[in-house]
Amino acid sequence: MDFGRRRWFCLAALTCVAQLGACKKLGGDAAPSGSSAGASAATQGVVIGHYASMTGNTAHFGQDTDKAVHLAVDEANAAGGVLGKPVKVVTLDDRGDSAEAASAVTRLIDVEHVNALIGEVASSLSLAGGRIAQRRGIPMISPSSTNPKVTQVGDYIFRVCFIDPFQGKVMATFARNTLKLDEVAILRDVKNDYSIGLADTFKASFAALGGKISLEQSYSAGDTDFSAQVTAVKGTKAQAIYVPGYYSEVGAIARTAKRLGLKVPLLGGDGWDAPELFSIGGDALDGSYFSNHFAADGASPKGKQFMAAFKTKYGQEPTGLGMLGYDAAAVLLDAVKRAGTTNPKAVRDALAQTKGFEGVTGKITMDKDRNPEKSAVILKIQGGKAVYEATVQP
Amino acid sequence: MSEFFQQIINGLSLGSIYALIALGYTMVYGILKLINFAHGEVFMMGAYSGYYLASWLGVERYQAAGRGFPLGLALVVLVLAMAASALLGVLIEALAYRPVRSAPRLTPLITAIGVSLFLQNAAMLLFTPNPRAYPPILRELRFAAGGVIVTNIKLAIFVVALALMVGLHLFVQRTWTGRAMRALSMNIDAARLMGIDVNATIRATFAIGSALAAAGGILFGLDQITINPLMGVLTGLKAFVAAVLGGIGNIPGAVVGGLLIGLAEQLTAGYLSPDYRDAITFLILVVILVLKPEGLLGVVRQEKV
Repeated sequence: MDFGRRRWFCLAALTCVAQLGACKKLGGDAAPSGSSAGASAATQGVVIGHYASMTGNTAHFGQDTDKAVHLAVDEANAAGGVLGKPVKVVTLDDRGDSAEAASAVTRLIDVEHVNALIGEVASSLSLAGGRIAQRRGIPMISPSSTNPKVTQVGDYIFRVCFIDPFQGKVMATFARNTLKLDEVAILRDVKNDYSIGLADTFKASFAALGGKISLEQSYSAGDTDFSAQVTAVKGTKAQAIYVPGYYSEVGAIARTAKRLGLKVPLLGGDGWDAPELFSIGGDALDGSYFSNHFAADGASPKGKQFMAAFKTKYGQEPTGLGMLGYDAAAVLLDAVKRAGTTNPKAVRDALAQTKGFEGVTGKITMDKDRNPEKSAVILKIQGGKAVYEATVQP
Repeated sequence: MSEFFQQIINGLSLGSIYALIALGYTMVYGILKLINFAHGEVFMMGAYSGYYLASWLGVERYQAAGRGFPLGLALVVLVLAMAASALLGVLIEALAYRPVRSAPRLTPLITAIGVSLFLQNAAMLLFTPNPRAYPPILRELRFAAGGVIVTNIKLAIFVVALALMVGLHLFVQRTWTGRAMRALSMNIDAARLMGIDVNATIRATFAIGSALAAAGGILFGLDQITINPLMGVLTGLKAFVAAVLGGIGNIPGAVVGGLLIGLAEQLTAGYLSPDYRDAITFLILVVILVLKPEGLLGVVRQEKV
């Protein structure tokens, strides 16, 4: 059972914060008396609130993102700040829990008087926090929540990563046009909305490009035996299997395929991106491909510059989540600059007009649904690591 | 056709593992009329002790050097993990079941669930909840015959499972402890009057059942590639169904039930849909409880009132 990772489980279980409607009537200034938040936002310059899982099962998501957010803000401050004043970040821990995320956002808005919010990695938490940000009219930008529902919460919610269905389309294009595959089997995790979404768009896009889906199979997160599915795929003419699941099952599926003598590559999405993929899958994954947000060895000059700065500051390589965290902060600060004020409405409008912003993960242009139009990369697995293979444009 | 035989082989090897676990359920039930719900967690702990023993004996070094883990050391891992689990089983019995042995039958059932939850969460704390790749205690070799692929791991599962089951059968039928176990399963009080050390016999039952579960855990890890702290939940439940299917309390029945459940699961996943692989097991449970509650090989015992 995979507790380690990851977003976009739409546990829509948004623990209610219905009483907040009352707070709204009081207006943004109604900080609880006794709040020691210090000077009010007006005299202080830009205050960014970051809510993240700094502890708990997904702690490394939150910590990586937070480091990158701080790096972006430190760089902005070193360059003279934004609107002539230094930028301040307030980070609150949500422990990977959606109720905590909701209360962290409430506190950031009421007690810390933030002008804008960054968060979360996990889609379920971004949904929880986003509903409050939307209700209070504070712009929020999610670094890496890929579930389409996140920005559908309302017009104050943005993100800097691509959305789930896009990855299915990217891999279908790559499989059909670059790998020239005619027949592919699909193996999806039926317990995971992310996996189902990717598999659906892959299927539609691959068929639209003239390819054939030879077989559709499924598994459930937490399964350990995949021999039945692999044996069934072996009976078809499939030239590859699309497995848009998470790394632990994917690793085991690759090993099972190798064991049963099925010699076709696996194709997948960003749920593969974890070191455990290689410790479980071993050499059985050689020759497989997955789509991702960025590739360390295929980064733009700006991306390389960020990676070097991150390493100097924190003594470790940034993850893809870190890259997106940096972009979220950078896009936000850019919008504040263009707005020329910290007024939430003006910042929201500026965010919506983001066009061709040169981020560390690529060029970012917000579409009308507040999702970025940006490219994805394809990584190839060779000798126990993922190497850059291609960039696929939207 | 080769696909069909492949599914059969995969099903039989999965079924052998269920059978090994089912033996533990059935032995304990046969004697104490207790469903030991912590048995799935003993299976999980057995898999983890194999994992740590193998890395303690340097399996990574052999792997890095490109050599297989020596068979002798693999057997050491198996035997030590079985011993460690036997100890765990005895400990569970002493701490959680013996103090409530004379209580109504619901009480030990509830402590069993408590022990099960405790072990699951302790394992998540100790081993982290992340799945781990099982170390290559046996180097994987593949044999292909007419499109059907058999690995030496599947063969080892059959051989080890068969050897342990035959061994258990001989133990129960031929030794004094085995005879004492059978006596207890008939009537504990009468057995005590005949001078049988009831506590020692129950301890032995838990030790043997737990050791078999540990063997199942190691074979499971080798076959299924990854292990995790919750692996014992569903696998344990399926093995329990296997024991009920064969006739709970009946040793050959547990073996037959295990193999049937393994086959049913694999064929359902292969030819119907993998979505129903778990459902079929429990459908079988419902059907058997309705049609033949004593199980395939079980006998109805008249209870005198």
